[in-house]
Formats: sequence, structure tokens, C-alpha cells
Amino acid sequence: MKKYWSFFRIRFIRGLQYRTAALSGMVTQFVWGSMEILLFRAFYQAAPENFPMTFEALSTYVWLQQAFLALYMVWFWESELFNSVATGDVAYELCRPVRLYDMWFVRGLAVRLSKAVLRCMPILVFSWFLPAPYGLTLPGDVKIWAITILSMTLGLLLIVAFNMIVYMSVFYTVSPQGIKLFVTSLAEFLSGSVIPLPFLPNHVRAIVELLPFASAQNVPFRIFAGDITGPDLTISILKQTFWLFAFVLIGRFLEKRALKRVVIQGG
Amino acid sequence: MIQVEHMNKTFKVTRRSAGFSNAVKALFHKETDTVHALSDISFSIGDGEMVGYIGPNGAGKSSTIKILSGILTPDNGTCLINGRIPWKDRREHVKDIGVVFGQRTQLWWDVPVIDSFELLRDIYEIPRHQYLTTLEELTDLLALEEIIKTPARQLSLGQRMRCEIAASLLHTPKILFLDEPTIGLDAVSKLAVRDFIRKLNRIHKTTVLLTTHDMQDIDALADRVLLIGKGRLLLDGTLSDLKSRCEPPCATLDEIVASLYREFQI
Repeated sequence: MKKYWSFFRIRFIRGLQYRTAALSGMVTQFVWGSMEILLFRAFYQAAPENFPMTFEALSTYVWLQQAFLALYMVWFWESELFNSVATGDVAYELCRPVRLYDMWFVRGLAVRLSKAVLRCMPILVFSWFLPAPYGLTLPGDVKIWAITILSMTLGLLLIVAFNMIVYMSVFYTVSPQGIKLFVTSLAEFLSGSVIPLPFLPNHVRAIVELLPFASAQNVPFRIFAGDITGPDLTISILKQTFWLFAFVLIGRFLEKRALKRVVIQGG
Repeated sequence: MIQVEHMNKTFKVTRRSAGFSNAVKALFHKETDTVHALSDISFSIGDGEMVGYIGPNGAGKSSTIKILSGILTPDNGTCLINGRIPWKDRREHVKDIGVVFGQRTQLWWDVPVIDSFELLRDIYEIPRHQYLTTLEELTDLLALEEIIKTPARQLSLGQRMRCEIAASLLHTPKILFLDEPTIGLDAVSKLAVRDFIRKLNRIHKTTVLLTTHDMQDIDALADRVLLIGKGRLLLDGTLSDLKSRCEPPCATLDEIVASLYREFQI
């Protein structure tokens, strides 16, 4: 276990080094969040009865999304990992007494958490001070807090497991360009990071909610905002667990198969 | 103890001629050639031996090292290293071996070298006191004192290579594979690396298998030489065997090897 912790630590510490990037990221996310809320405000004023969430829930969703962007952004890739496969530097990692999947999984967690830790607090605090309904609304029930944290963890693991599938696919395709482009745009939309999923037309939404990407940020943020309650809550958490297991299994299978027929590029 | 018997490895290589129309053609039909990286390779290396593995570019040296390290799986043939099959028992096997790929790096680019070392300590689960003793010895022999606190990206190639070698030896492996460890190094660094490898072999009886294009490496380090060309093992003998093959007697080791390459048409 210690080796994974150690691996986590070195990547985490390295992630903390980039302070300017964190600061500019924070500003971007704050401006982005404000604009998104203003945009939805215009919709809301035009037809409040057609709005699928309360405005407080929407604002909370947007601010959580901006604060924890680093945890759930599907478009974030470590080019080092792609390169190490493409150039053959992965050879060194295959001479370690550790499973490649586990090592890279921990690494993925570390890099996302280190980014999020630097950025989340200022955004959360700032948005908490904003006047209702434009700010962050905190749930009173401690249970909701606990379930949100559980669901956030599942969502993060799911995204990292998904990244792993794409990293492993490079052993087969060599170039990551195609799959990156395709997956990034599709997954962003399906995970509710472009617009929250409740805003999709009902029949589209019914399908999208069954898909794995709806089990990432969509679930914890809506739980926290009070938009998922009752039996839906249990079902959502079960779906998250299911997709997490599925992604991990697929990723590990791809890894096993890839390493059996691996070609280390370059001399 | 390394035993390799009748090992074969082939790769598929895609080929096409230059030009636009050929590129379009290749979209629909890819022509692949099978390259025999290794054909019917057999040798065995005893404990504590220092063996030079030479051959022209593309002869199959690196492929052999990768198979022996458990990274690649050969098509067929057997290979036993300390009683284990490297690619079947990869995770156990790699605890016993150290590998240096001269053209790649295993150090974390933007953190001090010592951080990379500590990560390796945890990955290999090296007990604390053993790690400290080994580190002290390596620091001493490779003169790392000053440089291990520097991020890897700020080191010169020679400094970095010394750190790479140290990194591969932290877990005190019984076998060390060196794939072109002196590539690109200046005279001083080369001498330092050679000197270190000799000492390591003398003190710890580490088995060393070394690939190189620098014949002085071979002269300085190898008691025994394996010559490989086009995937076949052509010669297995001592350095003096190698020298005696050359008619008329050649002046330098480089010339001997070049004449051998000609003789075997590789």
C-alpha cells in the first residue's frame, strides 16, 4: 500500500507546484460560472415554469462544478502517459514490481486532487457569500453532506477509470489524437458539464441518465443541491457503483491484453 | 543464472513507398513485413559474469534486453532467469533485476532526484536501513552528493546517467542490464560509469549484461562477448577470441568489429 501512497504523494506534490496556473484557473472558473448563471437567469425570467430545477439548485450545481472542475473534467489528459507509450518510455514502468494500471490510476487521482485542492476553496467561499439565489446554497442535513462526499468519490474514481481505458487504448492505436477528440466532446456533453442534464428534453434525458457519464459530476452536485432525493438517490449511487466497476474491469482487461502483445516503440 | 534457449521474436512492420498516391493506397491495404528481431537465440550467463552484447543497429540487442526484463514476450523459446520466466512472473522477476535504458529516463523530470529515489524505495519496498546503506554506497561511488538534490531536468547528461544507474541499483538487484549506458557521454563520465560498473561487479558479484556500440566499453568491462546480427547469435567468446578472428590483425577493436560485421554480412 505504501508504494501507492508514495506514488500518489510525488504526483500530488508536483501538482501543487503550479501556483500561477491555479490562480488563473480560478479566475477563469469564477468568470465562467458567473456567466453561466447570468445566462440561465435570462432563461428563467422568460419562462420560470419551464425551468426543470429551482434556481438555487442550478446556482449550487454551477458553483460546485466550477470549484471541482479539476476532479471531473473529462478533457484533461496527462500527455506524459500518452507519450510514454508512443515513445516506448513506458519500458521503465514495466520494469517495476507494480501493476501498471494501479500505478497510473493512483497517478490520475493525485493529479486531479492536487489541482482541485488548490482551486476549490476560494471559489466555494466566494460563491457562498453571493446573494441568493445566485450563490451556493448549503443543505442543512448532515446526511446529504455525507452522501455527497461518497458520491463525489465514486464520480472521481469513475472519471479516472474512464481515463485509464483511453490511456490503455493507446497501446493499440499509438496515437491518442482520434480517441481524445471523440471522447472528450461526447463525454463532456453526456456528463452534464456543458448544461446540467435536467435541461435536456425528457426522452433524451432518460437515455443519457442511463449512460456512464451521467454518473460522474451530475449525481453528487444534484444531490447536494437537493435536486436528487428519495429513491432516485439510492438508484443514482447504485448506477455510479455499477459503472465504476464496469470501467475498472474494462481498463484492466485492456491492460492485460495490451501487455501480452506490447510493442515497445523505439530502439 | 540466465538461460536462454531457442528464442524467437518477430515484429510486424508496415511499409509503404513515398508519395500521396501510395499513402492513399495504404489507407485501404496496409503492407506489412515480418521482421525477425531474434531467431533461435541461445546462450547462458552465469552468476557474476560481465557480458558484452554487441551488434549493429537493429540487430536485436534491445529486444533481447526487453525480453530478459520481462517487458516483451518472445514468440517461442524458453528463458529462465534465477528460475523464473521473466514475462510470466514479471512482478517477482523485476525485483531481482536492474535495468538502465541509456536513451530513456526513469527520473521524475521536475522534482529533485532524491525524491525519485525515495519513490523507488517505496515501490521496491526496500527496508529503510538497507536503502540508506545502498544510497550511501552509490552516492559515494558515483559522486552523487551534490546532484541528488537537483531536479533531473537541470542535470547534464553525464550527471543524469549516473543518477539513472544509481536509481536502477537501489534495490540491490543481482542482475543488471545496461542498454547503451554510455551513449552520448563525455570521456570523463564514460570512465566514471565504467569504473563504477567494474567495482559493482567486484564488490557485489552483480551479473552484468551490457549492450553498447562503444568498443572501449567492451574492452574495459566485458570478459565475454556475444555478437548478434540480423537476429542471430554469431559469436560467443572472449575478447581475445574476437581479436583472433581478424585477418590480418587489426589495430583497434572498432576495426575488428567492423570486419566481423563484414564477414557475417550484417
